[in-house]
Amino acid sequence: MPFVANSGADRAAMLAAVGAKGIEELFADIPAARRFPKLDLPEPLSELEVLREIEAMAARNRSSAASASFLGAGAYDHFIPSLVSAIASRGEFLTAYTPYQPEVSQGTLQAIFEYQSMAASLLGMEVVNASHYDGATALAEAVLMAYHNASGRGKVLLPAALHPEYKAVVRTYLAAFPVQVEEYRGDPAAVPVGADAFALVAAYPEFEGELRDLSAAAEKAHAAGALLIVQADPIMCSLLKSPGSMGADIVAAEGQALGNPVSFGGPYLGMLGATAKLVRKMPGRIVGEAHDREGRKGYVLTLSAREQHIRREKAVSNICSNQGLVMLRACVYMAAMGECGLPAAARLCYDKAHFAAELIGKLPGFRVENKSFFKEFLVATPRPAEELYGKLAPRSVLPGLPLSRYYPERKNELLVCVTEKSTRSQIELLAQSLKEAAK
Amino acid sequence: MNLRPEATVFELSSPGRCAVSLPKGDTPSYPLPSGLERAGGAALPALDELTVVRHFTRLSQKNFSIDTHFYPLGSCTMKYNPKANEVAAAMPGWTEVHPLVGDEGSQGALELIYKLQSYLAEIGGFEAVSLQPAAGAHGELAGVFMIRAYHLARGDAKRRKILIPDSAHGTNPASCTMAGLETVTISSNAEGGVDMEALKAALGDDVAGIMITNPNTLGLFERNIEEIARLVHAAGGLVYGDGANMNALTGVFKPGKSGIDVMHFNLHKTFSTPHGGGGPGAGMVGAGAALAPYLPGPIATMRGKAFALEMPRSSIGRMKTFYGNFGVLVRAYAYVRMLGAEGLRRVAENAVLNANYLKALVEKDFPVKYGRRCMHEFVAMGDIAEGIHTLDIAKRLIDYGIHPPTIYFPLIVPEALMVEPTETEDKESLDEFARVMRAIAQEARTSPELLHAAPSSTPVGRLDEVAAARCPVLCYRG
Repeated sequence: MPFVANSGADRAAMLAAVGAKGIEELFADIPAARRFPKLDLPEPLSELEVLREIEAMAARNRSSAASASFLGAGAYDHFIPSLVSAIASRGEFLTAYTPYQPEVSQGTLQAIFEYQSMAASLLGMEVVNASHYDGATALAEAVLMAYHNASGRGKVLLPAALHPEYKAVVRTYLAAFPVQVEEYRGDPAAVPVGADAFALVAAYPEFEGELRDLSAAAEKAHAAGALLIVQADPIMCSLLKSPGSMGADIVAAEGQALGNPVSFGGPYLGMLGATAKLVRKMPGRIVGEAHDREGRKGYVLTLSAREQHIRREKAVSNICSNQGLVMLRACVYMAAMGECGLPAAARLCYDKAHFAAELIGKLPGFRVENKSFFKEFLVATPRPAEELYGKLAPRSVLPGLPLSRYYPERKNELLVCVTEKSTRSQIELLAQSLKEAAK
Repeated sequence: MNLRPEATVFELSSPGRCAVSLPKGDTPSYPLPSGLERAGGAALPALDELTVVRHFTRLSQKNFSIDTHFYPLGSCTMKYNPKANEVAAAMPGWTEVHPLVGDEGSQGALELIYKLQSYLAEIGGFEAVSLQPAAGAHGELAGVFMIRAYHLARGDAKRRKILIPDSAHGTNPASCTMAGLETVTISSNAEGGVDMEALKAALGDDVAGIMITNPNTLGLFERNIEEIARLVHAAGGLVYGDGANMNALTGVFKPGKSGIDVMHFNLHKTFSTPHGGGGPGAGMVGAGAALAPYLPGPIATMRGKAFALEMPRSSIGRMKTFYGNFGVLVRAYAYVRMLGAEGLRRVAENAVLNANYLKALVEKDFPVKYGRRCMHEFVAMGDIAEGIHTLDIAKRLIDYGIHPPTIYFPLIVPEALMVEPTETEDKESLDEFARVMRAIAQEARTSPELLHAAPSSTPVGRLDEVAAARCPVLCYRG
């Protein structure tokens, strides 16, 4: 029997030791009529057969690797150095639990501490926790954190130009609280922030790619007694101003791009950073330095008085373990890319994206809508974007995301993403293909 | 275990080094947006590739893990996870598929989600399943949102209380708070089950439902489960099942057929994804007919011969971006396909047999408060000698090369030691654990200083967590 260690003889000896005649006897507490129901499942297969079956299913997907892919919109296909998977597949990392026993978990704990340190610097925050489920849940918890931080205030200002799935997740998380979610358009610095608002949220960059300096928005939020929450692209932050340097109080980010594949949407990495004065309001696991009786330095899970296993219904969140291994990959990725590699990758994204925008902007009937962007930009198309996608996908060009997938009325808009993995010839193929498809 | 101190990546850094090579730019370069250029670079290290590999390899050697040590961490189901699951999840046909490629380009992924939904619905006895939630606590939150939405849709806004037994995981009450509901604690009876009188007294028209973990955190099957469900339903409430301990029940009991209206399974535990030092997991939720329309979405469905995504009719909405922790779903699929109905039942049977066997060996030295037959785990007590506490037992186990059980939980057992051996451990490793526990019990009486000083075989001894929380150092300071 796969994945069960003991033989029939072992079981017989063990049953004798516990004084049971048969294994069924151990389940006597279960209502007799409900015990051992029939399960209607397919017949089990061997490892070889199951892997073949799964491989056949996987082959029915359209792989980005076999295409010139310009899909982004919250899931980003960046280069992953080979060492990331090699380290993350080590059994000592892969098959350990949450580091509750610090003396036998110093490897995981130090890696988290290093992740927190690198991520905090990247985002310009004083503290980053050990992860959330993804960028959207990190943002939702950031909004809840700001809500609980400002008693009496009941409004959050969300950008209309926030990723639509992030908006949806924020609304799900806020459903039970008396919070008014107000969407604003355009520059967050131009939005009225009233005394009833606990937070102004800004996207950096916005869903449609637009980039803005958020310093004035921070001043405005702070003057009104609200917090500025920024949803950011971490790779971009190695090249452009960090949210913290512009005055953000809380930063939420999707960390998938840091060393993790797109993997049909998960598992990803929610990054959450804050200023030091908010740390005791922060959800999630946090690692800190500690010392033993001999003065040796080590690392522990800390500030756990915020958490559910201690505080139960009074905890700041119900979150416990979540994306450990994804965070480890991000840690190894940042360490490997380092101070030269990460901004270099960001620069390649920037230049290639602008080259693509230049080519597409010259095509008859096409127009690039952004004033300023990083690796993703919005294109107004002469024909419905879904129609262009449908023509190009079978030719192994995934030209970007037709916005009508989220906003049915926005038929002629295409969100194009270019990373360092795109080559000049792929970008030229994209422009040429769009031109032909639009004829 | 690697006992030598390992410098941080920042201390190992040396200017000018780089572990990666990137393609040269093949396009023109464009000016950065004025005023947005980052002034100082981020504090990232400069390391060569070999240094990165050695650093993280050495760090890994400071961990206990299932691949290296017995890890009977109660309530965490630290069983061996087949390596085939890793191979399956790492196939480029999954990892390189963008979540927005469209239904036509993701038929294989949607098929896997669709089939896994149906397998899990069958295993749990549910009407429908959503694979969206990313973890157990995330599934709990979804379930409580669903209960809340159900009552509100019926115009029944006064139901704001959720009943929770005092043996429950802390995530249960914390999830209620996040869903804007109040928690009412229900005491346990002398047998470790829900106190039925306390339950009856708490029921009323302000009760939204109950959250019940079965087997509970004492490792005991809640014998009155059907009566509990009947009472709660009669009072107009709904029943949430916390499936954290489903490893005792696959192929043995279908919770959905015994009055559970909504439930999460920790796919990473029962359905076998390695815990990764704290995730990623997956917390699917299954629901009966009353709550199925409220499931979070999207979920996979069939339109004609093609697979597609849809939101359930009255969905509570999205719990995260995209479609759940897909990589974990691939592992669960592989696991169910390799085991089938017969194998899943064997898993539960052997998990329960291993726990009962180990309990019989250990309880001579470490009393078990609720002594009846256990399911997949049992809770002993560690204060077996003057001045000895559970923490001392746990730390001494480390010196014998065994990861400690879960300690000081559940809260209703003083000095708790919660032991879950799982079905993948053989008789010899259980016998060895019992032998070590006996040796420690002996030491507790004859050489207690060994326990108080433990662990002595690790890179660091017991760390001062109080000082760490008082003046937190959460980033490298140079």
